[in-house]
Amino acid sequence: MRPASEAELAEAVAGSVGPLVIRGGATRFVGGAEGEVLQTSGLAGVVLYEPAALTLVVRAGTPLAEVEALLASERQRLAFEPPDLRGLLGREGVSTIGGVAAANASGPRRVQAGACRDAMIGVRFVTGRGEVVKNGGRVMKNVTGYDLVKLMAGSHGVLGVLSEVSFKLQAMPEAEATLVLEGLDDAAGLAALRRALGSPFDVSGAARVAGRSLLRVEGMAGSVSYRLGRLRQMLAGDATVLEGTASAALWREVREVTALAGRPGDLWRLALVPSAAAEVAAAVGGEAVFDRGGGLVWLLLPEGQGEALRTAIAGRGQAALIRGAGASPFAPEAAEVAALSAGLKAAFDPRGILNRGLI
Amino acid sequence: MDMPSPDASILARKARILARLAAVLPKDALIGDEAETRAYECDALSAYRCLPLAVVLPRTTAEVSAALRVCHEEGVPVVPRGAGTSLAGGAMPTADSVILGLARMTAVLETDYDNRFVHVETGRTNLSVTGAVEAEGFFYAPDPSSQLACAIGGNIAMNSGGAHCLKYGVTTNNLLGVRLVRMDGTVITLGGPWGEPSGLDLLGVVCGSEGQLGVVTEAWLRILPKPEGARPVLAGFSSNEVAGACVADIIRAGILPVAIEFMDRPCIRACEAFARAGYPECEALLIIEVEGSEAEIAEQLGRIRQIVLAHDPVEFREAGDEDEARRIWLGRKSAFGAMGQINDYMCLDGTIPVSALPLVLRRIGEMSRDFGLEVGNVFHAGDGNMHPLILYDANRPGDLERCEAFGAEILKLCVEVGGCLTGEHGVGIEKRDLMGVQFSAADLEAQMRVKDVFDPGWLLNPAKVFPLAASAGRRAG
Ligand SMILES: Cc1cc2nc3c(=O)[nH]c(=O)nc-3n(C[C@H](O)[C@H](O)[C@H](O)COP(=O)(O)OP(=O)(O)OC[C@H]3O[C@@H](n4cnc5c(N)ncnc54)[C@H](O)[C@@H]3O)c2cc1C
Repeated sequence: MRPASEAELAEAVAGSVGPLVIRGGATRFVGGAEGEVLQTSGLAGVVLYEPAALTLVVRAGTPLAEVEALLASERQRLAFEPPDLRGLLGREGVSTIGGVAAANASGPRRVQAGACRDAMIGVRFVTGRGEVVKNGGRVMKNVTGYDLVKLMAGSHGVLGVLSEVSFKLQAMPEAEATLVLEGLDDAAGLAALRRALGSPFDVSGAARVAGRSLLRVEGMAGSVSYRLGRLRQMLAGDATVLEGTASAALWREVREVTALAGRPGDLWRLALVPSAAAEVAAAVGGEAVFDRGGGLVWLLLPEGQGEALRTAIAGRGQAALIRGAGASPFAPEAAEVAALSAGLKAAFDPRGILNRGLI
Repeated sequence: MDMPSPDASILARKARILARLAAVLPKDALIGDEAETRAYECDALSAYRCLPLAVVLPRTTAEVSAALRVCHEEGVPVVPRGAGTSLAGGAMPTADSVILGLARMTAVLETDYDNRFVHVETGRTNLSVTGAVEAEGFFYAPDPSSQLACAIGGNIAMNSGGAHCLKYGVTTNNLLGVRLVRMDGTVITLGGPWGEPSGLDLLGVVCGSEGQLGVVTEAWLRILPKPEGARPVLAGFSSNEVAGACVADIIRAGILPVAIEFMDRPCIRACEAFARAGYPECEALLIIEVEGSEAEIAEQLGRIRQIVLAHDPVEFREAGDEDEARRIWLGRKSAFGAMGQINDYMCLDGTIPVSALPLVLRRIGEMSRDFGLEVGNVFHAGDGNMHPLILYDANRPGDLERCEAFGAEILKLCVEVGGCLTGEHGVGIEKRDLMGVQFSAADLEAQMRVKDVFDPGWLLNPAKVFPLAASAGRRAG
């Protein structure tokens, strides 16, 4: 199925008898839903772009690359730098903006500018009942009624099929640069990232890959060099600086977790209290890419390490297996919370036809 | 304002309900006496009042849970309350409801500078969260004007914003997790200091749910390192259009000030008369604040100066020192007080796309003449959140009704131009019956289904947010 309008989408869902697999570009799909494929690529196009208001309204099936090119032409961007995970997850296809929203796909700038959900200001979607629902809108501040925009962000298609998403945008900075710290072990290298994040120097990326700690600053040229200098002073030690496109290329690798792409093993995505990251990674072994100062850890482990990993985390975060047998985009939740999630699933999709089995 | 008539069977069981609450709460945590419950009859929307059945003021999550369990079993509606500063009537009780006040739960449970969060009880005031971490150079970003009084629990329920949210976002963007007590007394945790949901983003929908999904007793909040410095500038213009165009140009230029505040002539006049901040005589005034080190501030202000000067301002004033900075903010910060000095006022907070600003201000001016009521506008210009303050005389019969009708027209206009009814104050009872202007029946139904899941009996703050007719079949009684 490939509806060409929201009305067709509503009809398709309402009229469907069996389960549906909601597919944008299938580039970040995790888990094992089965059923007839419902393709969103027919719902494409920009509905409204107002650069002076930093606002974009776009249909869900629009390719991410098109959106990014349009914004770049006005020197603007999506602040949350959605990662392209095709390499990491072994996917092909064309990422859509609806898929980005449904996965709450957010990159390293989350430490400073927030996640995809924080930039989402409105949605339109079709519930599993086939009803068209809108929530939020095109303005940045809106507390009218419940915030279903947040509920839809990261819901991986289990509550409804997104037909349209509105974003708050960001101006592209004039300059960017990255401070690269060498010669530190994981514990010290991650501590340096946390110190930088706790400084007033407005760090927009704090990652650790292959034994190097990376700190990004962006903004007006004078401000970037000032803050870089202060960070360097504060963190004394071996440091080099990458600027402009070299810096941008580095953060692309962080975002796409290139270091772990195409490698065999189970791939885990951990959300942690940052100071626990070094210890958790050391306890279970494997190979880690640390983002968000340790708040996000991508971990490549041999199969069957789930128990050991969860024991190591012990109340300091959560882990989702995103590549491997039994992969799911969601981390396990406490029974009372899972009951609420199941309740919402039943309320929005009583027949349980949307991405069945994912939640 | 219509409120559902109280459930007579609950009123008849008052003694029994109070006795059951008394059995699970410490003696001083339960108030049934009218002389004392009167303090809880309204919030900052003080035109509407009602005495509750009783007030409970627990000290622990366990006591909150115990009180809710009793109310759940007795089928008694519960209205959670922080500091009662809601401008939307969100904390107003009904005669058959129990007020559950969090004012005694103010502890800081953990501060973690290494991981940049603070874990607090939600009766704690907004400003005192910053107070708890500022010695270490940190702050909690959302800063509603009411921050001295309002509680974190109320901020979470209303998803409150503040003057600096252009850069730092509103409550939902700074909230990492909560402890939530459901109506049946179940205690759950959503999110946590690592700041991610495990499954669906339930925290995201709890934030801004106006006390209808659960009682939030604890919160993990993100704290941020304080910037090295901040400085405002003031720019006066000969028309609203020009001021609006200037805002658009600043944003287009890629500059992100922490705040862009806008005041129109009636508001400037009132502030001058009240606070004597020394504002220029003009049609529209902008206060723009930037942050950073001295050099960074100078870099940003240099760009802003260029843009402002290109719009032929009546005045452009940079703060040379702390005192001048304070004077620039003085008028803006006393805007509500200044308007209140002239008369009673109603404060609206619809949001509009910033491009619609000149049109909306012109239409408000016309309506002001038609309704015969004065209105002043303060406005978070960077994000389109308006605060028209309509002046009326509470002692003159018919004035309040006229003022409400005028307010409703302004809010409808906000929706018509692509905006919304409320940007930060919430729906409460105030905008409840206008929800149909912004939402279809299916839109509202989807929201109410969320409440069905969290609070199947519709006992938590039931007569708010949704038009009474829309929620009639779900609410008890
Ligand atoms: C002078 C003035 C200026 C203001 N300026 C701003 C501003 O700049 N920005 C802004 O956003 N708002 C502003 N407000 C509005 C108000 O202060 C906010 O809505 C605030 O968050 C309310 O907090 P409170 O503790 O007073 O909540 P209350 O008024 O007690 O309650 C508000 C709502 O929250 C619910 N609630 C309270 N505590 C809990 C809890 N623990 N769990 C679940 N639900 C709960 C209540 O049931 C109610 O629905 C202003 C108000 C005034 C009077």
